[in-house]
Amino acid sequence: MVQALPVRDTITTWVNICPLAAIAPNTGVCALVAGQQVAVFRVGYGSDLYAIGNYDPFSKAFVLSRGIVGDRNGIPKVASPIYKQNFNLLTGQSFDDENVKIPTYQVRVVSDRVQVAIGEVL
Amino acid sequence: MTAKKNLIVIGNGMVGHKFLELAIAKNATQNWNLITFCEEPRVAYDRVNLSGFFSGKTAADLSLVEPGLYQENGIQIHIGDKAVAINHAEKTVTSANGLTVPYDKIVLATGSYPFVPPIKGNDATGTFVYRTIEDLEAMSAYAKNCKVGVVIGGGLLGLEAANAIQNMGLKTHVVEFAPRLMPVQIDEAGGNVLRDKIEELGVSVHINKSTTEIVRENGKVAKMLFADGTELETDMIVFSAGIRPRDELARKSGITVGERGGIIINDNCQTSDPDIYAIGECALYQNRIYGLVAPGYTMAGVVADIFNNITTSSFTGADMSTKLKLLGVDVASFGDAFATTPGAKEIAITDSVQGIYKKLVLNKDGTLLLGGILIGDASAYGTLLQFVQNNITLPPHPEDLLMPPREGKPAVAAMGVNSLPDSAQICSCNNVSKGDICTAIRENNLTDIGSVKKCTKAGTGCGGCVPLVTDILKSEMKKAGLVVKNHLCEHFPYSRQELYHLLRFHQIKTFDDLIQQHGKGLGCEICKPAVASMLASTWNDHVLAPTHVSLQDTNDYYLANIQRDGTYSVVPRVPGGEITPEKLIVLGEVAQEFGLYTKITGGQRIDLFGARVDQLPLIWQKLVDAGFESGHAYGKALRTVKSCVGSTWCRFGVQDSTSLAIEVELRYRGLRSPHKLKSAVSGCTRECAEAQSKDFGIIATEKGWNLYVCGNGGMKPQHAILLASDIDKETLIKYVDRFLVFYIRTADRLERTATWFNKLEGGIEYLKEVIVEDSLGIGAELEAQMEHLVKTYQCEWKVTIEDPEKVQRFRHFVNSDESDPSLVYVEERGQKRPATEEEKVLIGSAK
Repeated sequence: MVQALPVRDTITTWVNICPLAAIAPNTGVCALVAGQQVAVFRVGYGSDLYAIGNYDPFSKAFVLSRGIVGDRNGIPKVASPIYKQNFNLLTGQSFDDENVKIPTYQVRVVSDRVQVAIGEVL
Repeated sequence: MTAKKNLIVIGNGMVGHKFLELAIAKNATQNWNLITFCEEPRVAYDRVNLSGFFSGKTAADLSLVEPGLYQENGIQIHIGDKAVAINHAEKTVTSANGLTVPYDKIVLATGSYPFVPPIKGNDATGTFVYRTIEDLEAMSAYAKNCKVGVVIGGGLLGLEAANAIQNMGLKTHVVEFAPRLMPVQIDEAGGNVLRDKIEELGVSVHINKSTTEIVRENGKVAKMLFADGTELETDMIVFSAGIRPRDELARKSGITVGERGGIIINDNCQTSDPDIYAIGECALYQNRIYGLVAPGYTMAGVVADIFNNITTSSFTGADMSTKLKLLGVDVASFGDAFATTPGAKEIAITDSVQGIYKKLVLNKDGTLLLGGILIGDASAYGTLLQFVQNNITLPPHPEDLLMPPREGKPAVAAMGVNSLPDSAQICSCNNVSKGDICTAIRENNLTDIGSVKKCTKAGTGCGGCVPLVTDILKSEMKKAGLVVKNHLCEHFPYSRQELYHLLRFHQIKTFDDLIQQHGKGLGCEICKPAVASMLASTWNDHVLAPTHVSLQDTNDYYLANIQRDGTYSVVPRVPGGEITPEKLIVLGEVAQEFGLYTKITGGQRIDLFGARVDQLPLIWQKLVDAGFESGHAYGKALRTVKSCVGSTWCRFGVQDSTSLAIEVELRYRGLRSPHKLKSAVSGCTRECAEAQSKDFGIIATEKGWNLYVCGNGGMKPQHAILLASDIDKETLIKYVDRFLVFYIRTADRLERTATWFNKLEGGIEYLKEVIVEDSLGIGAELEAQMEHLVKTYQCEWKVTIEDPEKVQRFRHFVNSDESDPSLVYVEERGQKRPATEEEKVLIGSAK
């Protein structure tokens, strides 16, 4: 699979999160990146990764990394583990409320290390 | 624009409210100021279902008035203020609070009051009537110190009152003056069947009894003396000996009333004063008081039409057909139930074993149905009533109409809803015709019964017509070419039942294989946990095995119950609710060490709240070391098997319910199912473990055990149904094995046994055939699947803490040992609880 988010050629600080193997296929983990809680998801068995804020604006809890990963009509998404609202992993857009959008982060794999970019919110 | 005139509605009971509702719907508010006086301290509520108050309904649940309806339509309502005088000369109404309001027209909807027979001692402390929520509250408060309650009057309301008293846990008696119960609606043969059926339920029925005196002790009811010299000791008495019209206001104002009460009305529901109308139980039409809600609603409709200048509407008497569930027994009476039409013939069947009596009254040549009585099984009521009301010619063998329904076939195969004319009245409570329902379905594209009820009001009264309304909905959907899809989700074009079959038949053991072979896409939060459950109840691999872990809801993923702040609660298994002091101490110590909030659950266990993910394995290490196992409170799985202490301690117990509960809980622990499963075992018929509210419940008898299935508490309470009685333990386990696997294989996702049962064609008879008689020949297979699941059980927590790879996942941050910094607690009653958003702002830790 192709990297879903384009990696921009900007001066971006990439922070090492964990080895790719630390994220079980089709699950998420939460990373602490510059004081922010970032939910990183691994879709499938390869290095197709997505990163969004871990804060669920519906339940007001930091839980999104624990949601079930899936797709809606081919768009990768995660469902909040508390009240099951769905979020588009590409854009952070809520599927349930068009006024709700959560932050997304750049994420990549460099020699089997998962890295998240800070300061650069799409 | 001319000034609006004043229309005063006196009384805000069911009929008074219905009138306002219809007047609003028909735009009477354009020309009229609607003003209403309501003597009771609350707006109109559902008096017909008053006994629901004792099964947990609140006054708000019973309310008939949609919040905001009166305000939005400018209706002035004076709650708790009774109209006390009408001044014809000045044309004003005066209220008890001293308000004087001018009127142009008045609608009297003052209703009725319960008749208290002139018996000596009828004012003793502990005597009640049964009409208002206040009456019920008073009864309920007094009953707390009572053991025995008597209802005087065995009519419709009397039996409702008896139900209420029995629900309060009192030994209940019904005393009826006539030689049978419900003398107005049913005949002697029906009365006998009804009496047997009610006595079976533990209510003592005394007929032909005339009460001569109520004897008091210290001012309180103590016993009753009867004309035949017998007596009956009791702690409280409820009078339900009929109703009398509330005509005192009309009487005082010089409006003509009947000799024995009731405000006399004409076909337009007009009283002797043409500006004043009367509707409902206060009105006397052709020497008759209509003590049912439906005729009252009809009158309300007639008067509402008149105020909208529709002159064709008139009241010409009403059908007194009625269908009710009294003490859980179906009772229906319709049309000419007593065969008073000249030449009328009767066909009747009595089944004393099942407690069923059915009678049809036919015309002279047996071609038309005139009326009938149904006791014990009134499922055919709606259809039979249509025969009567629409003069539909009967099939050649009308006796077939009395036969009980067979599996999959409706009782009355002779007539589908399609043969009914559009004018056929389907819901008599709200006067909704078949045409109304069809139009609503077509115009609003309705596809479920709930929407049809909401849109048309059909089926929202007594509910007797709901099966017919459902049939109409199905037929209309079919006509529109709509098929009800039951696909699991966008990823699988199959129902859960079909997928389960595919998975077993093709021996599929992972989600990936299943979605590759039978689905598409990545899956979602609907299909993944559903498939995980199916895999678990077939192959029983650990839920956190590498191939399954990504399918699990967070509760199953962390083997604990997520709470609103993202922390989890821990519920160790306490089989049968039996726990040693040593284990209790361990639970206390663990809660203390990890700072957990503790609460006793409804399932006889202890819930420890506020555990962070990183604490869960540490907590469980201690619990497992102390001999605890996972309680599966987090799973769609068997939760608890509640029990009472049974014969080992209890002086009433007839069997050792605790031992059985422990055995049952240990047998089915960890069993994954379409939804959670709850069970209970009671040691005697007192039923302290509440087994009849469980997915499967067991009650001890002198001879063995009774097995009840498909009960439910919670949002939609439903009594469990008896599947088998007086069986020994081996048979019991066999039936439960079969029942559970059959449910697991055939239910929809997140469908509790009660809902599953309600959809099961053929009902309890069919279930008995499959489980008890093994009519499908799958009994052995079902037992074998359960045996496999029992043998492969493992404590999910024990396995988890022994596997460092699994433990690895129990941390909040993948790259830090910190815990979630957003968690904030405050103290309440000596324990912690999550801070509210406002409190977080105050504390200064809001996001």
